[in-house]
Amino acid sequence: MKIQYWLNGKVENDEIAPGQMLYDLLRKKGCYSVKCGCETTACGLCTVWLEEKPVLSCAVLAARIDGKHVTTLEGLQGEAQKFARYMGQEGSDQCGFCNPGFVMNVLAMVRELGNPTEEEIKEYLAGNLCRCTGYVSHMRVLKQYLTEKGKGMRL
Amino acid sequence: MREINRVVMKKDALQLVTGKPAYTEDLAPEGCLIVKALRSPHARAVVRHVDTKAALAVPGIECVLTAEDVPKTRFTIAGQTYPELSPYDRLILDTQIRYVGDPVALVAGRDAACVDKAMRMIKVEYDVQEPLLDFHQAVDNPIIVHPEEDWNPRVPVGGDNKRNIIAQAEEDWGDVDAAFQKADVVIDRTYHTKQVQQSMMETFRAYTYLDEFGRLVIVSSTQVPFHVRRIVATALEIPKSKIRVIKPRIGGGFGAKQTVVMECYPALITLRTGKRAYMVYTREEAMTVSSPRHEADVHVRLGASRDGMIQVISVESLWNGGAYGDHSPTTVTLSGHKSIPLYNRFSAFRFRYTAVYTNTIAAGAYRGYGATQGIFALESAVNELADTLHMDPGALRLQNIVQQGETMPAYFNETALSCNLGECLKRVQSMIDWEHVYPRQVLPNGKIRAAGLALAMQGSSISNVDVASATIKVNDDGFYTLSIGATDMGTGCDTILAQIAAECLDCSVDEIVTRGVDTDTSPYDSGSYASSTTYLTGMAVVKTCRSLIEKMKEKAARMLEHADASELEFTGDAVVDPASGRKVTRQELGNAAMITNDIALEATETHYSPTSPPPFMAAVAVVDVDPETGHIDLVDYAAVVDCGTVINPALARVQTEGGLVQGIGMTLMENVQFDSNGRIQNNSFMQYRIPGRMDIGSIRVEFAPSYEPNGPFGAKSIGEIVINTPAPAIAEAVYQATGLRFTELPITAEKVYMGLKSKK
Repeated sequence: MKIQYWLNGKVENDEIAPGQMLYDLLRKKGCYSVKCGCETTACGLCTVWLEEKPVLSCAVLAARIDGKHVTTLEGLQGEAQKFARYMGQEGSDQCGFCNPGFVMNVLAMVRELGNPTEEEIKEYLAGNLCRCTGYVSHMRVLKQYLTEKGKGMRL
Repeated sequence: MREINRVVMKKDALQLVTGKPAYTEDLAPEGCLIVKALRSPHARAVVRHVDTKAALAVPGIECVLTAEDVPKTRFTIAGQTYPELSPYDRLILDTQIRYVGDPVALVAGRDAACVDKAMRMIKVEYDVQEPLLDFHQAVDNPIIVHPEEDWNPRVPVGGDNKRNIIAQAEEDWGDVDAAFQKADVVIDRTYHTKQVQQSMMETFRAYTYLDEFGRLVIVSSTQVPFHVRRIVATALEIPKSKIRVIKPRIGGGFGAKQTVVMECYPALITLRTGKRAYMVYTREEAMTVSSPRHEADVHVRLGASRDGMIQVISVESLWNGGAYGDHSPTTVTLSGHKSIPLYNRFSAFRFRYTAVYTNTIAAGAYRGYGATQGIFALESAVNELADTLHMDPGALRLQNIVQQGETMPAYFNETALSCNLGECLKRVQSMIDWEHVYPRQVLPNGKIRAAGLALAMQGSSISNVDVASATIKVNDDGFYTLSIGATDMGTGCDTILAQIAAECLDCSVDEIVTRGVDTDTSPYDSGSYASSTTYLTGMAVVKTCRSLIEKMKEKAARMLEHADASELEFTGDAVVDPASGRKVTRQELGNAAMITNDIALEATETHYSPTSPPPFMAAVAVVDVDPETGHIDLVDYAAVVDCGTVINPALARVQTEGGLVQGIGMTLMENVQFDSNGRIQNNSFMQYRIPGRMDIGSIRVEFAPSYEPNGPFGAKSIGEIVINTPAPAIAEAVYQATGLRFTELPITAEKVYMGLKSKK
């Protein structure tokens, strides 16, 4: 079937197989930031935005993006670069494989919650697994990032 | 010290966080054949016949290989230095099935859809046999997992395939039986740990192709590129010179990728078809046909005097190797060698072990490498000893632990040249306000808060075995390239080793470009495992820098028309003649090396270590247990680590935090369960839960450095030790909260609830 959609702001027209998942389509389109860690919607690595809301691209049919806007980390490089410095300074990137999905959710959270509490942050990001860091450094990164963004964290 | 003990951002951080293509799958070219394995649903069977006709007729299918199509040389996939202690007991495809998931056929086709379709159309006739699933029953069981005559132990490690024994040994020091007779108190317990999955986010994967010289190139997510080359050459019966292995960025390893789990499959397909091939393991495959931590029974006996002096320690380990030997002969030794030496006041110790074959998934290497199981057992027993004697477990340990300068009879008589374990212990107790938190208090909400303590050790590289090398080159304008054979898997070694080089060469880290592994061009390194990279490759870097400085001086002497290079001084930016004040800048040197030159501004040095200096640590877990539900909340975890000099505090901290959380997962939630036919039930992240950020309370890490004279700038290892404390510390905290002594992991709410119920 044919679909038309916006990928990182640009109109795309594609012929897709009926059962094709968004994850596979995005990798084919060269969005290599999108990773797969589990195939069962348990890890959060394949997180992208559909109409500005985070979704797990391994569980979204490509057919569902017809007429809609999809954003991957490739489309958010400015913000990603800024956030990456905070991650890098804390050594929180580690193997890096889960980072893009995590960053997609962080950037969505900042838009959605403004200045969240620690509990809200944990809940919002609960679906993003990471095996390297143990998550503690993520919170240090987020505290600095939010503070310096002028948002701060609610205590 | 400019670059040592300084936070430096990982060289790849910005690329990785922003999602740039860097991993195996990102780099795999278009048009690779997709390779998948058809796997046995039976734990033990003989494959009588495989009918591939219909599968081969599926459009897009390139080839289907079965046992009759593959080489017949047995090999091991354990990524270890040759000759491996692991028996050669595998074939790429075998007619004898030894566990659920053993491959029966390899299918390659133009896309995943046609391969899936073809796999459904392969008909396999099995002669299903009764499996051997219980590792306690393995020795001398009538069911023999490896009946083959060509079972081949390259190095004698006490194995006997006809008895299902992979490895076996015993070691006694002092009069063990007499020491137990003299002891006032004896603690005698057996601890059971289950298989645990490394669960790195990037599963196993590799792509293969023939290059312009007809050589086989393997791009693999591996910790052991040079071992991949040797192992694949052995398995495919081709010369090692025909293989080149490249390691891109790795999405986590934790030891899983110290086993050459799947590289042979796409490699064989490429050899047979001449075409590019790509294979990626699904998460289910990564959970069921991979290289998890060994299930183990560790029987500990401790004999002590009434005043809490540990007089004798006995550790006897039974190791479930599963279907293949892999890392069994080596991991099992750490259960004693890297637990008993924590204490050093005893007059005798005993360490005995047996690793056995069963018809379950073959176990491999996982951070801690056997020490984790041993330390859970020994540290739990020490906690019980303290409890039995009504002593503070910290005070009891302080009077028994190894001290700097002492010889460790349980650690190959090595001397602890760097040990700050006592300080780790005291510091962690003060961090956690031990006096008030231990042993327990009832909270207003009815939960019981309690604390538990544990110590840990590991090694730094495999003494007298591991080899590490580094090559450093001076380039145009004087920038350096550092080539290493060690594999950064997210640990940051590309950066850490550059920090060490920058310190030696008196320049900034940014002036050093690190180039990771390509077996054609990188200097030899055993690989990144056994806590070896910072300690061993780091030392190779130090030696290389020394040699390179001599070369730069030699070149500068020539340029200054100075007779004696030894009179010149290297200042980082230049080589200076102190007598005349004349100098040649590094920029000039680098450029001069590229015109009319016969002095290579390049050095390679290689290093091994006759010792394996242990890092040490102490940790306290604080839990809230709900007596109504059995739910355990890990509210605080404090750890103090002695890894020698901390090269990069940010990376060392995150290594520690990550290792602790993996250990916490193993202790509280990660639970591999088999059904009665030997099938793993927990084969996805839905059924096999690893910790998420909601599962983690406060985790606090501090360092209490010692100075290791044999390490680079005093450094020891940190990568593995950090996984070892959570199991014994949390088990003790749960005991203090509930009175229930858990000797089996994981400790779940269900087990606590049932335990409390049966106590009433």
